[in-house]
Amino acid sequence: MSRYLTIDIGSTFTKLVAVDSEKEDIIATSSSFTTVATDVTIGYKKALEKLYDSLGEKIKFDKIISCSSAAGGLKMCAIGLVPELTVEAAKRVCLGAGARVDLVLSNHINRSEVEEIKEKKIDIILLAGGTDGGNSECVIYNANKLGEAGISIPVIYAGNKSAKDDIEDIFKKYGMNGYFVENVMPEINKLNIPSAREKIREIFLKNIIEAKGIKSIENEIDKVILPTPESVLRACDLLSKGYMHEDGLGEIVCLDIGGATTDMYSMSSPSAKRMDVVLKGLEEPYAKRTVEGDLGMRYSATGVLKALSEEEIRLIDEEFDIDLAKELNFRNEHVDCVFEDDAKEALIETIIGGICVDKAMYRHVGKLEEIFSQMGLIYNQTGKDLTQIKYVIGTGGVLIHAHNPTQILEKVKGNNPLVLRPRNPKYLLDKDYILSSMGLISEIDPLLAIKILKKHLKEI
Amino acid sequence: MKTIVIGVIGADCHAVGNKIIDYVLREHGYNVVNVGVLSSQEDFINAAIESNASMILVSSLYGQGELDCRGMREKCVEAGIGDIKLYVGGNIVVGKQNFDEVKERFIKMGFDRVFAPNTPIEADLPFIKEDLGE
Repeated sequence: MSRYLTIDIGSTFTKLVAVDSEKEDIIATSSSFTTVATDVTIGYKKALEKLYDSLGEKIKFDKIISCSSAAGGLKMCAIGLVPELTVEAAKRVCLGAGARVDLVLSNHINRSEVEEIKEKKIDIILLAGGTDGGNSECVIYNANKLGEAGISIPVIYAGNKSAKDDIEDIFKKYGMNGYFVENVMPEINKLNIPSAREKIREIFLKNIIEAKGIKSIENEIDKVILPTPESVLRACDLLSKGYMHEDGLGEIVCLDIGGATTDMYSMSSPSAKRMDVVLKGLEEPYAKRTVEGDLGMRYSATGVLKALSEEEIRLIDEEFDIDLAKELNFRNEHVDCVFEDDAKEALIETIIGGICVDKAMYRHVGKLEEIFSQMGLIYNQTGKDLTQIKYVIGTGGVLIHAHNPTQILEKVKGNNPLVLRPRNPKYLLDKDYILSSMGLISEIDPLLAIKILKKHLKEI
Repeated sequence: MKTIVIGVIGADCHAVGNKIIDYVLREHGYNVVNVGVLSSQEDFINAAIESNASMILVSSLYGQGELDCRGMREKCVEAGIGDIKLYVGGNIVVGKQNFDEVKERFIKMGFDRVFAPNTPIEADLPFIKEDLGE
């Protein structure tokens, strides 16, 4: 028998989940405010006390591991050549590694763009450009620009392999903090994620968590092993595919509405699902994550307003008799506000959550373009076809506390035949907030993790 | 090794000839980037930028090639690959028109070589060699 403790250090809460491998279940959960500004271990110890209280005894854990998204998470800048190709590939790699992509740059970068890297306090730069044997002029130019500006944060080179030697020289010349991985797009439209993702994780664990003051928790526990979004991605991947004799749920979508961002995960085969489409553009991964930095319940509430047309706002105001703009601005100015047992506020939270889901899904999902050809009507498909998705899983505070989470989750659906949204999914709720925790457990015992996931994600 | 971007432009899904061109060019030592059927001008141009291609070879079999190819040279110039060699071939216009006139129109549009219907790819090879300075 083994007992494991997982810690999710979020920007607001530090959440603990204790697991017993013999019972194949969660034995206790607790949470406390994250205290990364002072000493991250204070919040952890408080949460641990609460956990012991609910267990009624102090128990010894065989392993204590953690994931973190505190202190702004992992902020990355993706640089490439053509926006639809290496830029998009670099961006997807960052997102798949659990990062926030705060800056996306293409072609020759300029001085003000390099300044932005500094201003936005980017943690890691992913520098791509050119297929293997293709364009090397652009990456060399960009590496020089970064060097001249005295960029000292880690730069991962993931571009044309033929330019590697030149890049190495540039890194040396300017004394830069450089790393090398495989090209994120070795051939046109071929996406190569694993090598760059592993390096991002390695740097995150070696440098970034230290710089953010999270590393000190490793005096108390075994290890911080993942950025939180990557942990969620791993849990979703496991839940979708299954492990050994434990079947997975098949193709699923998971969404997490937070205060600052809305994260969308889809686990599905990227191949065409019908006869009349031709796939276009950069290859899609099975496990895809997108993050909408302008859609959120608090910090990004004003972004939600900008994402809506005037007509949409009027329709909502009229239907529910509210002033949506006022409500959104209020939430942006009072990011700590909580609404307890107020039916009207609960309705507004549900409406805002629904908008986040609707817009985030629209941006995540594949789309069709009609083409009248000599063979009749056919379609170009860019992105993933999610029409056959079986389950949509909701996680995050808004959904867990919503009176009627289905009302928010069902906004993933849509009727436009050219937008490949889920058509008729079932809805599951992560009401015990265990997805990120099970992503961590899956690193130790995948079978245990999937059994607990299947037990605790409840159909609603 | 020189890189050539190939594909079938517009709402055209003739896939067989495209495969043959792909095969023959590879056999003759070229690095081929095939953007496939139903490709836009941007698909060709983006692929050429990233792969540092020396030539774009556009196929069109369904008669609408003239519409689909308009402005392609200008877009290449705009995208910073204005010097790239542009070839086009297939049934590139509607109906049976005088090929010399057709050729003239495509040359004016900025294409370096224009090939008549039923020209096998093997017949293009000497021109490719010459234009790529081999």
